[in-house]
Amino acid sequence: MFDEILTIFLDGAIYASWLFIVALGLTFVFGVLKILNIAHGGIYALGAYSTATLVPIFYSLGMPEELVVLAMLFSALAVAIVITPIMERVILRRFYGQDEVLIVLVTYAIYLVLEDVQKIIWGMKSFYVSEPREILGAVEMGSLYYVGYDLALIGLAIFCGLALWLSLNKTKSGKIVLAVIHNPEISGCMGVNINKVYLAAFFVGAFFAALAGSFTAPLISVQVGISVAVVIESFAVVIIGGLGSIPGAVIGALIIGMARAACVHKLPEAEIFIMYLCMAGMLIFRPKGLFQGAQARKI
Amino acid sequence: MKTFRHCLIFVSSILISLFSVFGSANADGHKEFKLGVVTFLSGPAAEPFGVPAWNGGKLFIDLLNAGNAPAPYDKVGFGGMKITAIPIDESGGATKQVQEFRNLVQRDKVDAVLGYVSSGDCMAIPSVADELKALTVLYDCGTPRVFEDASYKYVFRTAAHAAMDNIAIARYLMGKGYDVSSIAGINQNYAWGKDSWKDFNVSIKKLSPNSEIKNELFPKIFAGQYGTEISALMNSKAKVVHSSLWGGDLQSFILQAKPRGLFKRTQVVFSAGDHVMPGLGNKYPEGVILGARGQYGMMAPDTALNRWFYKAYMDKYGVFPAQPPYRMVQGLMGLKMAIEKAMDNNGGKRPNKDQIATAFTGLEWEAPGGLVQMKLGNGHQAIQPHAIGKTVKDKDGNITITDIVRYSANCVNPPNGIKAVDWIEAGFPGSDCK
Repeated sequence: MFDEILTIFLDGAIYASWLFIVALGLTFVFGVLKILNIAHGGIYALGAYSTATLVPIFYSLGMPEELVVLAMLFSALAVAIVITPIMERVILRRFYGQDEVLIVLVTYAIYLVLEDVQKIIWGMKSFYVSEPREILGAVEMGSLYYVGYDLALIGLAIFCGLALWLSLNKTKSGKIVLAVIHNPEISGCMGVNINKVYLAAFFVGAFFAALAGSFTAPLISVQVGISVAVVIESFAVVIIGGLGSIPGAVIGALIIGMARAACVHKLPEAEIFIMYLCMAGMLIFRPKGLFQGAQARKI
Repeated sequence: MKTFRHCLIFVSSILISLFSVFGSANADGHKEFKLGVVTFLSGPAAEPFGVPAWNGGKLFIDLLNAGNAPAPYDKVGFGGMKITAIPIDESGGATKQVQEFRNLVQRDKVDAVLGYVSSGDCMAIPSVADELKALTVLYDCGTPRVFEDASYKYVFRTAAHAAMDNIAIARYLMGKGYDVSSIAGINQNYAWGKDSWKDFNVSIKKLSPNSEIKNELFPKIFAGQYGTEISALMNSKAKVVHSSLWGGDLQSFILQAKPRGLFKRTQVVFSAGDHVMPGLGNKYPEGVILGARGQYGMMAPDTALNRWFYKAYMDKYGVFPAQPPYRMVQGLMGLKMAIEKAMDNNGGKRPNKDQIATAFTGLEWEAPGGLVQMKLGNGHQAIQPHAIGKTVKDKDGNITITDIVRYSANCVNPPNGIKAVDWIEAGFPGSDCK
């Protein structure tokens, strides 16, 4: 019995960690820019592809395999550096303040373009970079073996969440971002360069999306189409937790991760719809999510 | 008067030249066979299925058009008509594919359509094909329901349906003495996965009545993450784990399950496991029992026709052909034989769709994977021999397939007029496994 509970907890925690890393950038971008970025999935896929490209080069240069994480971080950073000015400066800034539906359509269009960009650059081939997953070996937990890399994803998720939360709440730059989130007009009047904040916030969101793809690449076959499920699942997380809320993303990811793990182990028939059930329940009883804070009424 | 005569000569010469242009175009049209080819060219099914299938198809069509294929496929194109292929991407779902099919038939005026990997598309297309009287060859999809639940005049499936894959795996496990006292399955949550699991577990239960089902998992298609499912399968302690996962899902499952020891702890069987071997290479686990949906790739028979196709594909693409190119070439060969048979019956003239459909019904032809016989679905659905084997590392450390057992078509396919699952439940009456 204990074994089974431990297994459900570990499986749920690993899945929730992955979901959280994926959803973190999405919820942050919405919080600051008020953009529901469907292209988030496309950036995730670019992160996975760039890691699948860079890691073999890293190994071919004879670098120590323990440092492969640096190559993965670098590939995520490179994606964010390239994609941010193109998406935020060139395209999205033209639509700030416009109808939300229009902006969703614009990000969806970008998502489709990114899918084609992947095909142009990497073709239809699958890429495998499972080597980084082997560096931490396997760990015996209860009656099962878990891969150390999968467990390390829990640590990565905690680190990413804490780093972003502390940056926002304990630094001057973070407080400026919070001010922009609260009221961009007044922040602008107070001398805050809103455009720079938007650019930086989009960069952070894009980096987390690419980071999620980068650290997922060793788990999967990297190929065209990997971003579809990611878009849906990360949306479910932020809807449950509340759009724009980091603690909400934590709770949303945990709810989906644990519920899914419990279903797979105890009620497999329910696994296919449990995520949607959680999402539908939240939309019925708390449409703005668990952590959507009270909003001042504007006149 | 002279001017009038000049005008008349001028107009006549224009009419004559126009007639000769259109006449020759019409004559050339008679020497061309327009073939719509539908397979996945984008999306997750493209790399493992659509692209290699179309690679094989393109190669074979080029060889046919050049008259460079071996006998009995040595006549240029289809009965002397050069083949012009119009490739269409299968991604986008059944509704889109129905529209694409209509475009091919009504706008592009193709003479036939060959295609469809997805079982969902194979369920949606046939009724439209018959409505438009469009000759259609389903070359790959697996669901048995296409001809078990309905019948069509212009639709043919040139490869065996999925029941064969799972019956053969069950027979292999029993024949080799594997412990099947408990089984578990991980199959995708749609027609292919559900049908495959049902055919497998009912076959096992019929062959070993005391076998117990420990776990049945149906993750959604293209799930990508299987960590929890792998834990559940390992916790179930089933002696055999069955899966019909394919493409990126199968690749991801293997990559995630291998370091966790699933393949060492339990006997894993993949009903369609060969097609990811070229991509995964030595990342493919040892000791896996697998089928290739026919005698294809590493399990193909040692015949002159197979040696020719295997070498031609290897030379062109630098990788061995797995099941997808074999199945598309098998479909093209069937269509060619049907057209040429109909042409012979028509006194050597170009046959119409009805004549080709009549010739196709009940046809038999030799393909690289063995003899294909249109025996089910009143002559519209193929059966073929099958092979199952086990992965092992060779002396160079490369993954290969050993312990191959071959099954005759009548051993692992139901007879005409009975549904596959009913045949299994009845204890395979009339099967011939000698």
